[in-house]
Amino acid sequence: MASSRNTKKEKLGDRLITMVIAALIVITVVVVAYPLWFVLIASFSDPSLVASGQVTLWPRGLTLAGYELVIADERIWQGYGNTILYAVGGTTLNLLVTLPAAFALSRRDFRPRRTLLFGLVFTMMFSGGLIPSYILFHNLGLLNTRWVFILPVAVNVFNLIIARAFFEVSIPEELYDAARVDGVSFFGFFTRIALPLSGALVAVIGLYYFVQHWNDYFTGLVFIRDQSMLPLQNVLQSIILANQSSNVREVATVGAGGTTMQDARELADQIKYGVIIVSSLPLLVLYPFVQKYFNKGVMLGAVKG
Amino acid sequence: MAVPLGGARNFAPPEGENVDVHEMEQELSVQAASRQSQQAGQPFSRESTDRPRPTKTLVRHLAGYWQHWLMVLPAMLFVLLFAYVPMYGLRLAVFEYDPAEGLLGGDFVGLKYIQMFVTSPLFGQVLTNTLRISLGTLVLGFLAPIILALLFNQIAGGNTKRIAQTITYMPHFISVVVIVAMINIFLNPNTGLLGAALGSNVMAEPELFAPVYWLSEVWQHAGWSAIIYLAALSNVDTNLYEAAKLDGAGRIRLIRHIDIPAILPICGILLILNLGQVLSVSFEKALLMQNALNLSASEVISTYVYRVGILGNQFSYATAIGLFNSVINLTLLVIANTIAKRVSNTSLY
Repeated sequence: MASSRNTKKEKLGDRLITMVIAALIVITVVVVAYPLWFVLIASFSDPSLVASGQVTLWPRGLTLAGYELVIADERIWQGYGNTILYAVGGTTLNLLVTLPAAFALSRRDFRPRRTLLFGLVFTMMFSGGLIPSYILFHNLGLLNTRWVFILPVAVNVFNLIIARAFFEVSIPEELYDAARVDGVSFFGFFTRIALPLSGALVAVIGLYYFVQHWNDYFTGLVFIRDQSMLPLQNVLQSIILANQSSNVREVATVGAGGTTMQDARELADQIKYGVIIVSSLPLLVLYPFVQKYFNKGVMLGAVKG
Repeated sequence: MAVPLGGARNFAPPEGENVDVHEMEQELSVQAASRQSQQAGQPFSRESTDRPRPTKTLVRHLAGYWQHWLMVLPAMLFVLLFAYVPMYGLRLAVFEYDPAEGLLGGDFVGLKYIQMFVTSPLFGQVLTNTLRISLGTLVLGFLAPIILALLFNQIAGGNTKRIAQTITYMPHFISVVVIVAMINIFLNPNTGLLGAALGSNVMAEPELFAPVYWLSEVWQHAGWSAIIYLAALSNVDTNLYEAAKLDGAGRIRLIRHIDIPAILPICGILLILNLGQVLSVSFEKALLMQNALNLSASEVISTYVYRVGILGNQFSYATAIGLFNSVINLTLLVIANTIAKRVSNTSLY
């Protein structure tokens, strides 16, 4: 739609501005993309070449050593399993709780909705903070259980507001009036008519929740002591940390020089690149499927609602 | 899954265009609640025209709306339990925590713990760090996406635009753990691309902590935040550009007089929404970026609460410290809301 702007002959000043804009866009894209690309190629490259700065644009000295170490690490698989459990279970509960509430709150004739919404929005502005939540979880017996990954985050108010706004704009009241004549209950209207029309919303909200669970580091850090329940992010962090400290230990014991020490450090970096890729991959695979909805104003609806 | 998605795709696009700005402003303002709900009651107005006793109206309301209530109930219960109960628990800032009684009991100790924090040598430092990090993130995180969207909107080709957009919002989905690991990799003074170029150990410099934090936030989220602005810009009537160009307007003036006014109303709301997110993520990221050398600049209220409360087991003292965080959040939000009201006539409450 902006193409019409280029058809007329442009003034010299405008052409200059066009070039500046083009340059800025290219720089921005490169600055964002390059670090991601670098991690990807570094994970496949010879660690010593990476460490000496010789890997810049393409992988060099192709090796899968980092990935072999990552795959051989049992903690990764346990973390993976836990994360999948929390993300799938959590997202299911999230959607079951969020979507019906958002739909009911989107109906203009449901009069208490303003008060209820304010009650929800207020929690975005003010919170009790970490310690009262911790004590509450303790009293509820949630500490050090798998439920703590799912129940306390069952509702994300921000997502609920997005969903409500979407329903409000895209499911008109008249549709319900028509359905009611045919004897459809309100709940039936929601499940059989509104939801099938809201695939884009379900996909986007589902992805938001899924990402939130997938990237959750906080819960495992604060509320879990049992190593076997830790999700991927916490495992990832402990691997990264362990490699850093083992470097230090290595330096201390081997002393100055010595290739074994350097090899160990480089290999540790290699593992780092590997786990970053392995842990981020599922989201990046999921992302193209949902991506098409992002640009189409699902979010815009929220802001406008 | 395929059928509903297809249906929704046809359904989604016009939705953005149809809502006009004025309606949206009214919608967001919960102040306008009473006015709205009166209008909203119209489909059922035969019930509300003659108002009998309140109990009778309640029964009628429930008869018509029990399914609405049932659908809202689970969400409200979760929020009540996991957001409002901890809010009540803030009382522990002035009551001594008693393990046997949890959030409820304890002896009243007044401002003991609040005073303890205010007079502690760390108070000034932790507070300054918190404000520096969150305000910087807020300002940069607010401006960068706007600039990015205005830039991207200048790209003529639909495909180029989509690719540029897709690449810039990819980092948004990466976890904080990975982002911080990447920061450490790139800033490593020996092997990191940036660290080696800068020739210093950036992560060990307290003065550089906040800038690294801000810039990495912008790097990660600007592309994503720009989506909303781009969606708004794509709704601008192209005739406007044509008309302005006939009047001799150059690119810069098109941006200034058409593009910027088009996104201004959204700016206000996003400023407010950003605020909530800025303050909620700061804990994980600040904690992960901390090391022994930068602690004087990287210890923020939330990480200090974690250290004192969870690691140090001083629940009441940590609650008092955390109270400062909640109050700061609320204050910032009220300030942002006031600004948003002035600038774009939008408000969250």
